[in-house]
Formats: sequence, structure tokens, C-alpha cells
Amino acid sequence: MRRDRLTFAMMVGVPVMQLLLFGFAINADPRGLPVAVMSADQSEFSRSFVAALENSEYFRIANYPETEVEADRLLRVGAVQFVINIPEDFSRELMRGARPSLLVEVDATDPAAASNALATLQVLGNRALNHDLDGPLQDLRATPPPFELVVHRRYNEEGITQYNIVPGLMGVVLTMTMVIMTSLAVTRETERGTMESLLATPVTPLEVMIGKIVPYILVGYVQVALILIAAKFIFGVPMEGSLLLLSLVLIVFVAANLAVGFTFSTLAGNQLQAMQMAFFFFLPSLLLSGFMFPFRGMPLWAQWLGEVFPLTHFLRVVRGILLKGNGVADIAAETGYMALFLIVASTLAMLRYRRTLD
Amino acid sequence: MNGELVIDVEGMSKSFGPHKVVNNFGIQVPKGCIYGFLGPNGSGKTTTIRLLCGLLTPDAGSGTCLGYDVIHETDLIKRQVGYMTQRFSLYDDLSIEENLTFVGRMYGMADRAAKVTDTLERLGLVARRKQLAGTLSGGWKQRLALASCIMHAPKLLLLDEPTAGVDPQARRDFWDQIHILADQGLTILVSTHYMDEAERCHQIAYIAYGELLVHGPVGEIVAGSGIATWSVEGKDQISLASELRHLTGVDRVTAFGRSLHVSGIDAAALETAIAPYQIRPGLTWTRGETSLEDVFIHLMSQATDNIQ
Ligand SMILES: Nc1ncnc2c1ncn2[C@@H]1O[C@H](COP(=O)(O)OP(=O)(O)OP(=O)(O)O)[C@@H](O)[C@H]1O
Ligand SMILES: [Mg+2]
Repeated sequence: MRRDRLTFAMMVGVPVMQLLLFGFAINADPRGLPVAVMSADQSEFSRSFVAALENSEYFRIANYPETEVEADRLLRVGAVQFVINIPEDFSRELMRGARPSLLVEVDATDPAAASNALATLQVLGNRALNHDLDGPLQDLRATPPPFELVVHRRYNEEGITQYNIVPGLMGVVLTMTMVIMTSLAVTRETERGTMESLLATPVTPLEVMIGKIVPYILVGYVQVALILIAAKFIFGVPMEGSLLLLSLVLIVFVAANLAVGFTFSTLAGNQLQAMQMAFFFFLPSLLLSGFMFPFRGMPLWAQWLGEVFPLTHFLRVVRGILLKGNGVADIAAETGYMALFLIVASTLAMLRYRRTLD
Repeated sequence: MNGELVIDVEGMSKSFGPHKVVNNFGIQVPKGCIYGFLGPNGSGKTTTIRLLCGLLTPDAGSGTCLGYDVIHETDLIKRQVGYMTQRFSLYDDLSIEENLTFVGRMYGMADRAAKVTDTLERLGLVARRKQLAGTLSGGWKQRLALASCIMHAPKLLLLDEPTAGVDPQARRDFWDQIHILADQGLTILVSTHYMDEAERCHQIAYIAYGELLVHGPVGEIVAGSGIATWSVEGKDQISLASELRHLTGVDRVTAFGRSLHVSGIDAAALETAIAPYQIRPGLTWTRGETSLEDVFIHLMSQATDNIQ
């Protein structure tokens, strides 16, 4: 082990790094959730309600959509977590003491992400409005709260955790197996000595890479098929969107992971190192992607880091397609990112792949 | 055997860190020649072969291989070279046939199936075609390795110790095969530690510590070395050997079974030195033939002297 410095460094360095990283990054109580406010009521009450939202750490007003359609789109592509609808005659009804309703639409694909924030919303509203209800309106401050919060959980009405986890698992399983398998593929050739023969033939690096990657894409599809069958028949996960679209996106995602694995295999001196690198990639993917913990619960720097991993984007896409019925336009940006990742990783692999033994 | 040169390089050098493994190396190998590559362990044979087929980039040097530049046209060279590695380097978990098919695909061969069948027949591998390469014995592995590097009809074969650990019969078969290939116009560069194999080469080169010490046809090398050898039989060889070893004019005393080979670089000096022993009773002296091995051992000790 003394000889294998890299292995040793990774055995000590990686746990320390990950301890620091995850210790600071992970927070199961998300703050600063993006909200879209659709206010049809330009009154003092609605303004102070919005201000109270802004001031709480739980919410961040991201958008003021004009139309229902636009609000719906924001929720569907995951740009916002909540849409808050303040009806037209909110303040009038409020003053009349008619307990107007405030409609809140929640993206509930990840039930855990929104629950605390929702609980705050009611309290927050009371406090903000009670402050305004002074003078002759003081009577309205009474318990039961002056307005009624109507929560509409979209995409996962019953808040079933499996609906969120099972599609996510598809991404996790693929990341793990794809990266590990390819990272071992080339290293194994070097270790067994077959690399020398392979290099003596006129094959180009790209051909080697494609040869290593294509079979595993097929393996990936088999895994996906199994997971989808289980998702449908065992867990009853809804499948709103097009499976064809999902399978197209899968190619990009699987290839991106395979390219990472291939890059590792050109860096690693032996299979052990390749394995370690694969894990080094896999753990942050798992923890920072939003699979284990709500993505928006992490500090901003960790979110940026999380954006690097293809799994993060794939999770959004797969949940989007299966639970929200996302179409091509909704997932284009996330898929585009994965494609970019694929290109960068493959380029790196090509640059690192040595055509000689020195 | 004369005519165009298949390998023509000069000034090739390669270092690994501070170690100069190949130093200012140059050879000329004509078409159809079987060129033997000899030298002690770690002398740089494998490294030189890798330089020639583009697996390593030389630090210095230039030349051509099959008419292509060894530095810049390695891709073209690779298409026409068959390289058999020192360590078995095919896939243990594939059968003989699958391994050959794979190699065929790597060279982008058309009509692969026919080529594979043809190669299997040529090397007598048909009966075992379905056997996994990992389960083959050493001799059969070598045969498979040879098959895989001649399948794409290369013009030059680079064989790195192809017969290490192979029984004498299989070695002989292997060499017969090599001669057949050479007759068909292939040029073959083969490294080996066996003297009998060296003698079956048209030409040989001997390298030590990365330096080319001698090269040429075997006969010329032996004759050119000027070493004379006597062999002596008799009792009490051990003390006789140590006595002889101390004489001036005697460079080397080696035991061969029941006889001692006594050799020296200067024939006249050797004869003067052993004259008193030739009349000693109980010893039979005969003029021996200098072997290639004697020459190499002599060269080796000289090379060591130079290094020190
Ligand atoms: N990749 C490498 N890195 C560092 N040193 C190397 C490397 N390859 C070879 N060497 C060194 O170069 C020297 C020559 O090695 P090479 O394998 O060419 O010898 P060889 O003549 O083939 O020996 P053998 O008869 O044992 O096969 C050795 O001292 C070896 O340690
Ligand atoms: Mg060698």
C-alpha cells in the first residue's frame, strides 16, 4: 500500500473532503424556496403579505406571472416551488370578514421539500395581515385566521414519497453502475496487458471509447426497463409523460455517465483506483443531486456544485416526465446541460487517452 | 534477401526517468529476413520493439519502418505490423475464435469470418477453436498469439520472446512456421534468449544496456569475435577449472557436462597458456567450436567492464 500513493491519498483525502462537504451542505429543511405570486388584488393587504413572504427565510419571490398559463409553466418546469394566487377581491372580502381563500399551488413531487414551508405560510399570513388589521378592523384579528389557505398539491396529491424516490432511483442506479463499469473497462485492459495489443492495432481512441460505451448503453436500458416495470406495477408510480421521450433523454444521461467512467479509467493506474474515483463521483452525485435531500435545502455553493452532476439534471427530467407530464420544451434545458456534460467528459477522455505506453 | 530495407532506423534513444534504456540504436533489416534480437534481461529489447511499432515515442532518432516514418506515421505502420507481446495479451475469457474475430475487427478487416477460418487452419487451431484462451497451455497460447498477429497479413512481424516457456517440439514447430512466413516475403524481428533459435535467424543483433554491441549473420559474428575454444575432459574438474582460470590468455572456463570449455580472445596466447596442461596425463584436449553463447558471454563481460 505504501507503493500505491494515489490509492492511499484517496483513502484518507476522500472521506475528509466528503465529511466537510456534506456536513455543511446537507440540510433537510429547505429555505429560500422560489415562489411565483399571482396577485389580482392590488391592496395594502396583499402587498404586506408579499412583503412578509420576502422577509421570511423560507420563501423567495422569483416571479410575478401575468397569466395562469405562465404560472403553470413555471411550476411544471420546476422554476418555482409554489404559486400563490391572491384573488381579485381578497382585501374586500377580508375586510368584510368573509375569510377569503388564498390559493397555493405546490410542486409536491418531493413531499419533504415543501412541508415545512407550507406550515410557515399560514402563520406568516396571519401575522402580516393582523398587523394591517388595526383600528376599526381590529375585530377581524380573531382566531380563526382571517383568511383560508387552500393548498393544492400538484403532481403528487397524496404526497407519496415513492413517487419521488422510485424515478430518482433510476438515475442513481444508472450513475452507479455505468460509471463503475466503464471506469473498470479500460483499466482492466491495462492490468491484464491486453492494452498493449490493442494499442498496436490501428484503432483510434474514439473507436475504443465507442466500443466500450455502446454495450453498456444497452445494459442501461435493460436496467431502466426493469425499474420502470417495478415502478408501475409495484409502486404504482404515475407515468404522465411520454416514455419515448424519456428513453431519448436516457441515451444522453447514460452516455454522459459512461464518458465519466471512461475518463476515470484513463486516469487510474489500476482497478482499485478506478473504483475509488467512481465512488468519488458517485457519492456527491447521490447527496447533492436532490435525490437524498431536497436540492433547495442546500446552501447556494452546494447547489452550484450539485448542478455539475448529470444526475441532478436527470432527476428533474425523469420526475418531470413521469410525474408532471413534461414535454420536449420543458426538459430541453436540462437535457442540453447533460449533453454539454457529455461533450466535455468525452473530450477530456479523448485528451487523456494515451495511444502509446509511455 | 537483399534489396529494400523494411526497417531502417538510426539514433533511436529512449529514457525512463534517469535510465537510458535504449541508447543511440540503429538497425537495418532487409525484406524477408529473420532478424534475431538478443541480449540479457533488461537490456532494452522489448523497449526497442515498442519503439519500432509506435507504442513508445522515442526521445531521439529517426528512420523508416516499411517505408513510413517511425515518428510521424505510426498509424500507417500499425496497419502492416503484427506485434506479439512478451506477455500473453489476448482476452482470457474469449475463445480462440472470438479472440481472432476481435482482432479482425480492430483492424477493420472485411470478410472477417473467412480470414479467421483461414488463420485457424494455417496454425492448426481448428480443433480447439471454441476453447477459452485462458485455459490454453503456454504453447497453445503462443500459437494463438502468433495467429492473431499474422491474421491481417502484415508485412513485418515483431515477436517479443515468442517461445519463452514453450517445449522444444513446439518451439521447433514455431520456428518452422516462422521460416515459412519469411519465405512468403514477411520480414520478422524476433527477440529470444535461446541460442539455438538465434542460430536459426538469418541475422542477429546483440544488445546490452541499451547499446547495440554486434550485429550480422551468426557465422560472421562467431568468426569475427576471434575467440578460440578448446575443450578438455578429465578428472577433478573443479580444481582444474580454477587453475586454468588464472592463466593469462584464458578468458573463460565454463563447465559443459563432463567437459570444460576453455576459451580466449587470442588463439595463440590461449595455446601457449594451455600447453603445459596438454601433456598432463589423464586430460584429453580437443579443439572445440566457439559457440554463439561464448561470444555473447564474452561481449557481456566486456560491456560490463565498459560500464564500470
Ligand atoms: N515503462 C517503463 N518505465 C520504467 N522503466 C521501464 C519501463 N519499461 C522498461 N523499463 C526499464 O527498461 C529496461 C529495459 O527493459 P526491457 O523490457 O526493454 O528489457 P528486455 O530486454 O525486454 O528484458 P527481458 O529480456 O527481461 O524481456 C529495464 O531496466 C526496465 O526496468
Ligand atoms: Mg522483454
